[in-house]
Amino acid sequence: MEIVMSVAIGLLFMAAVYLMLSKSLIRIIIGTGLLSHGAHLLLLTMGGLGGTAPPVVADGVSVSDYADPLPQALILTAIVISFAVTSFFLVLAYRAYQELGTDNMELLRGTEDYE
Amino acid sequence: MSLVFLIFIPILAALFIPLLFKRLGQIHTGWFVLLVPAALFLYYATRLPSVMEGGTYVSELSWIPSLDIAFVAYLDGLSLLFTLLITGIGALVVLYSIFYLDKHREQLHNFYVYLLIFMSAMLGVVQSDHLITLYLFWELTSISSFLLIAYWYTRDRSRFGALKSMMITVFGGLMMLGGFVLLSIMGGTYSIRELIAQAPELAQHDFFIWALVLVLLGAFTKSAQFPFYIWLPDAMEAPTPVSAYLHSATMVKAGIYLVARLTPVFALSEVWMWLVAGVGLFTMVWASFFALKQKDLKGILAFSTVSQLGLIMSLLGVAAAAYHVEGAADSYLKYAAFAAIFHLINHATFKGSLFMIAGIVDHETGTRDIRKLGGLMSLMPVSFTVALIGSLSMAGLPPFNGFLSKEMFLTAMLSLQEFNMFSMDVWWVLFPIIAWIGSVFTFIYSLYFVFHTFAGKHQPEELPKQAHEAPIGMLISPVFLAALVVLIFFIPNLIGDWLVKPAVAAIQPFLYDSPQNVDIHVSAWHGFNTELFMTLGIFAIGGLMFWTLRKWQHLYDLYPDAISLNRLYDEIMLLSDGGANRFSRIYMTGFIRSYLVYMFSFMTFIVLLTLFLNEAFQIDFSNLAPIGVYEIVILLALVGATLTILGAKSRLTAIIALGAVGYSVALLFVIFRAPDLALTQLVIETISVALFLLAFYHLPQISRKEERMKFRFGNALVALGVGVTMTLVALSAHSQKALPSISEFYKETVYSEAGGGNIVNVILVDYRGFDTLFEIAVLGIAGIGIITMIRLRLTKKEGQHENK
Repeated sequence: MEIVMSVAIGLLFMAAVYLMLSKSLIRIIIGTGLLSHGAHLLLLTMGGLGGTAPPVVADGVSVSDYADPLPQALILTAIVISFAVTSFFLVLAYRAYQELGTDNMELLRGTEDYE
Repeated sequence: MSLVFLIFIPILAALFIPLLFKRLGQIHTGWFVLLVPAALFLYYATRLPSVMEGGTYVSELSWIPSLDIAFVAYLDGLSLLFTLLITGIGALVVLYSIFYLDKHREQLHNFYVYLLIFMSAMLGVVQSDHLITLYLFWELTSISSFLLIAYWYTRDRSRFGALKSMMITVFGGLMMLGGFVLLSIMGGTYSIRELIAQAPELAQHDFFIWALVLVLLGAFTKSAQFPFYIWLPDAMEAPTPVSAYLHSATMVKAGIYLVARLTPVFALSEVWMWLVAGVGLFTMVWASFFALKQKDLKGILAFSTVSQLGLIMSLLGVAAAAYHVEGAADSYLKYAAFAAIFHLINHATFKGSLFMIAGIVDHETGTRDIRKLGGLMSLMPVSFTVALIGSLSMAGLPPFNGFLSKEMFLTAMLSLQEFNMFSMDVWWVLFPIIAWIGSVFTFIYSLYFVFHTFAGKHQPEELPKQAHEAPIGMLISPVFLAALVVLIFFIPNLIGDWLVKPAVAAIQPFLYDSPQNVDIHVSAWHGFNTELFMTLGIFAIGGLMFWTLRKWQHLYDLYPDAISLNRLYDEIMLLSDGGANRFSRIYMTGFIRSYLVYMFSFMTFIVLLTLFLNEAFQIDFSNLAPIGVYEIVILLALVGATLTILGAKSRLTAIIALGAVGYSVALLFVIFRAPDLALTQLVIETISVALFLLAFYHLPQISRKEERMKFRFGNALVALGVGVTMTLVALSAHSQKALPSISEFYKETVYSEAGGGNIVNVILVDYRGFDTLFEIAVLGIAGIGIITMIRLRLTKKEGQHENK
């Protein structure tokens, strides 16, 4: 399973990077969204996908075969942070579009008269 | 009080200056500042009697113990002499500045803060026994000098001069740091005293010559030696009190101090002696020659300072000879070190007074152009007297202190005939000859300075202001210094015993074990010897040439500016500035795509290289989870959605497909037994998609009619590289566990230690509680940013934007 997951992660990263290199601001933001999905799955896969029980100790009785809790904790944090960043990007793009009338990065280079 | 804390007193006092300036503006801020150097001077003066006996003081303040870096204040004859100069001249200069700088028009808080920072830095330089902190203070003097030169920052010349001095002295400082590091590697210590103790072994080391050259680069740039002197004339744009203090009496002597302090370490080397004596002497004759070209009063004094620094430097070079001669303490070679220190004191007195007079002339007539000045003698009698005393002392005439040290300078140069190593037996004769030529020009420019300003014809129509004598307060400091000039001539041996001999003993510790053993007696009359005839020659030839100055001074204009060192500096600056700019423009395109390509390419390269070097390309098939049907179905959905995004025609499709990817990830979380993640992901994904739609579906038309993304091979290649790298990283990370996971600890202790069942939640809120706190902070910051952006309106004023 891990090998299949690794390939899927590679695909997500590939698509994300390809989108981020495009001209359109919205595609760049979608790209960052995909990038964070890829990163989350990467964390999960790194820890191993084995484990038959969710990492919850019920009534103080510990089962030996939990899923790895550490990647999960990391991912939980990462999800929230990536949400914050994505929404910030979105509003930035929205406002940039409102003020400047474009979301094409080629046109958002700043003025040329800075010499 | 501990000595090391005293170094920081001026910089601490600087904290209160802005407050005093703002609150007590009706009292000139200088009066408060004056207390600092004056009190320090008195305190340090009390250490004189014991230092005179050969006593030393050490005081240490640990700073970075793990790197063995500490502030060490070491007070011996040499550092005490410099300390007294810094605080003594400092007090006089502050007093002078009170009358020089107007309290209503000038930004006194800036001025005095910089000046106090400089004072601390300079005390640090001359008292530090630790090489690294010495370097720190050294650069701090460069920075405060930069700030002080650019004090009138609205003037182009000030900023240019400030930058030039900074560039050159900081370049030297960095070289010096390299030298210090080499010294510490060789000696295994940062302490100068410990390095001196192992000098003979150091001289055998391979790095020795490198350390020597690098340290000398630092000293020569700071003390304005040829060819680095070019910053000093441009530094004259600073207010005159600064020129008198930093660029004549103290900071430029830091290089002299360094050479004197490290003489015991390096003196065994032939290169040291030739470089220090040779460069010093050449600087002396070069700068004295070009001083006569100057038309600006302060320009003349700047070149004269360069020349006098060269003189002192050359004496220190000759002083190194004493290390090689048996019984040097009884030969004429002993005079060099004494003459160097003695002249250093004398130079501080007469040059300080001359700078102050130049400032007074500038202040009271409105110009420093010597061609417009003249005949001020009757209008400014006190200033004239002071200028005359200072100039004649600089020229080497009795009864002024300059005569004594100039004589001794010639004695020291002549003493080289007793020295027959390092091919000196052939070349020694050059030294007295060059020294003599330099002295002749020194004589001429001294007279040029004083007589072309104060004698001759008064030209009131050329002067911006009606000339008159300076206010009494402004005259106190120069008159005091001029009085010292005369006084020292009559009590040279008192000065010798109190100040010079302890310093000499510090420069030549192998020769003298205590200052009392320095057997030198200064007297104005030695009978008819070579020095006297040389001096008489200087007076005769110099007098004759001064008499005919107007006939030959225009010859200087023939010297082409195109081959000057200043031109070289300008060219280098242009080249490096323009070159760096052009180079940056090659890759700084302004397109975010370019930057992302750089980042992704380098990241891919570095990660792959690391994997390769560590032979981490392995896949462990033993520990794999089984492949299930649900997982495969979800993964197919995920891949399909991803491809949809790439091929989407409209943004709406892309956004919805992104949502599909997110929900697939959430389902994967469910399958891989991560219920918390799945819940969070579902909520967040829903909000995200809603936000995306809000932001872009409701936007005006053009954002919706968007064609399919064009395929670009370059982008695809980079993307493929990153994707493959990440796959390899994922496989490699899963296949080899270098360290045991900390998860086991959490699993075992979660119930007993933290009293919780849900391990993931407990990690977040308990074990790593602070991380979560900061995560919340990030959310908060993002929220504030969003609100700000929504509220923000770009205010475009008419005509401000070039496209309008």
